[in-house]
Amino acid sequence: MTYIGIIITFVFINNFILTQFLGLCPFIGVSKNVESAVGMGFAVTFVMSIAALATWAIQNFILIPLNIEFLQTITFILMIAALVQFVEMFIQKSSPSLYKALGIYLPLITTNCAVLGIALIAVRSEYNAIESFVAGLAAGLGFLLAILLMSTIREKLDAEWVPRPLRGTPIAFITGGLMALAFMAFDKALLNNLIG
Amino acid sequence: MLKEFTKGFVKENPVFVLALGLCPALGVTSKVVNALGMGAGVIFVLLGSNIFVSALKNFIPEKVRIPAYIVIIASFVTIVEMVMEAFIPALFESLGVFVPLIVVNCVILGRAEAFANKNTVGASILDAIGMGLGFTFALIIIAFVREVLGAGTISLIPIGNWDGVISIPGLSKAPARVFSLAAGALLVMGYLKALFNWAEMKKAVAK
Repeated sequence: MTYIGIIITFVFINNFILTQFLGLCPFIGVSKNVESAVGMGFAVTFVMSIAALATWAIQNFILIPLNIEFLQTITFILMIAALVQFVEMFIQKSSPSLYKALGIYLPLITTNCAVLGIALIAVRSEYNAIESFVAGLAAGLGFLLAILLMSTIREKLDAEWVPRPLRGTPIAFITGGLMALAFMAFDKALLNNLIG
Repeated sequence: MLKEFTKGFVKENPVFVLALGLCPALGVTSKVVNALGMGAGVIFVLLGSNIFVSALKNFIPEKVRIPAYIVIIASFVTIVEMVMEAFIPALFESLGVFVPLIVVNCVILGRAEAFANKNTVGASILDAIGMGLGFTFALIIIAFVREVLGAGTISLIPIGNWDGVISIPGLSKAPARVFSLAAGALLVMGYLKALFNWAEMKKAVAK
């Protein structure tokens, strides 16, 4: 698949949150206001694109040559945990202002299914190094798009009257459901029409 | 003791009340049988990780506890992956990427951090079984609603010649497909959670 194809696929057609059910915890938990949603979105995008590349390297330079692919789950999650830790330390040293903005979201990213999800999906789709990186970046941007839309809607929703049992997370889920319904318009046919 | 076991069902239900482990709760619940399989996998991993974390709580240094928990959890997930692939390949196939993703199920890490590292092995076993069953119970409810509305069937475990699928007359010919897709999953989850909140509120008023 071409790079543009991969980008359209992961941002719209297979949007991680709205069609693949990956990364729902932060989508519901961190979407109460736009500022934190954007912070989380960028932190996730950053980690996902590096994680996809790093796990590609592990898969092809360590696991396959040594014939220990059954250790995939353990090595990938350790890689991601180490990566998140490293990114946190690096940002803290190099850019305190960026750390201030993203810092509190970084530890949460280790257990975000979207990150391990893109690593596994990229390996299963047999992408090469650059394709893995682009897929990670695109999936992260898809996450950013969904959480940004969601937080904007939720900020507006705060001013509206909502029946008491639906307040908080239930209405967030229903909003997400309606967004997913809209995203159903993006399908394989769209991709074929756009890039033939 | 009994409280540790029953709290996971309703009062601290991991999915509906604590909102943990949402990805698998929606990702695998288009069929009841998938919910059962995922539930069994999570109960096994949760039991293993709670036992090991509570047994090793005095040996794991405070600073590296989270990576240590992740290694323990990932080891049990790898066991689940291998067993499922060997004995129930069809289920393994349809759960797909969600089997290795049990590693990042927040319910498991959450119980290790919030319960197992402060309590005895015995209490942790009860906690694991209770929470695991509560998680499975939530998945079955979501899957039941989604499968009945979205496909008009209820698929259970195949036994002998019976393929395990119950078709509901009328519904199975013209199901509302949207419920088996992502949009329907989020809507069902939202309304079920609202139902839970409503029941809690009624109980609070009655008291």
